[in-house]
Amino acid sequence: MHLGRVIGRLVATHKTPGLSGVPLQIIQPLDENGAPSGATLVATSAISSGPGDVITWIDGREAALTCPVAFVPIDAAILGFAEQIARLGETIARQES
Amino acid sequence: MFLADVVGTVVTPIAVPFLAGRVQLLVRPLGPRGNADGRVRVALDLVGAGPGDRVLVMDEGNSGRQLCDVSDAPVKTVIVAIVDSLDLDGKVVYEHTRRPLLSPLPASAPAPLPAARERKS
Repeated sequence: MHLGRVIGRLVATHKTPGLSGVPLQIIQPLDENGAPSGATLVATSAISSGPGDVITWIDGREAALTCPVAFVPIDAAILGFAEQIARLGETIARQES
Repeated sequence: MFLADVVGTVVTPIAVPFLAGRVQLLVRPLGPRGNADGRVRVALDLVGAGPGDRVLVMDEGNSGRQLCDVSDAPVKTVIVAIVDSLDLDGKVVYEHTRRPLLSPLPASAPAPLPAARERKS
């Protein structure tokens, strides 16, 4: 599981059947300072996240387990909305929900 | 599995139902000598680790699901042990009781609390 920020949304009308109704969003992985780290990627979202949100995401086979149909071809999924991230007692991200 | 330092906490009030009530910690992967090695990850804590602890992290989905006893859990990164000591090439490179601070406190942070014996009641 990793930290990231949603930076965009992607719409695809023709998708694998199991993915209908599943939002696709573009995420930027973050490092421990909340700074961008690594290449952006497309992930499905299990929550109502949107651009600007700091989130946690998961990669690999487990990502598909967040979808209504568990056997779908995805390898990254947004798991949760990170309201607060603290590093050694110092808050590096805080969002008011 | 890999070694990591717990560097912080992550709070996700809105998340997949599986994560409700579970503790997620921010872990910094390390090489054997304590050098940072890769981007921080969010790990599920099963052993009661906290910021400052050096831990053993398992990053594999099937084992994660077995440990949580939930067959369809979207979990991968799990803290499975707190390291007591580590020796490499015959030398002790880490001891829990003598662990150093992870990194200097930022200038803006309040001064650390004095040790218990110096504190005035």
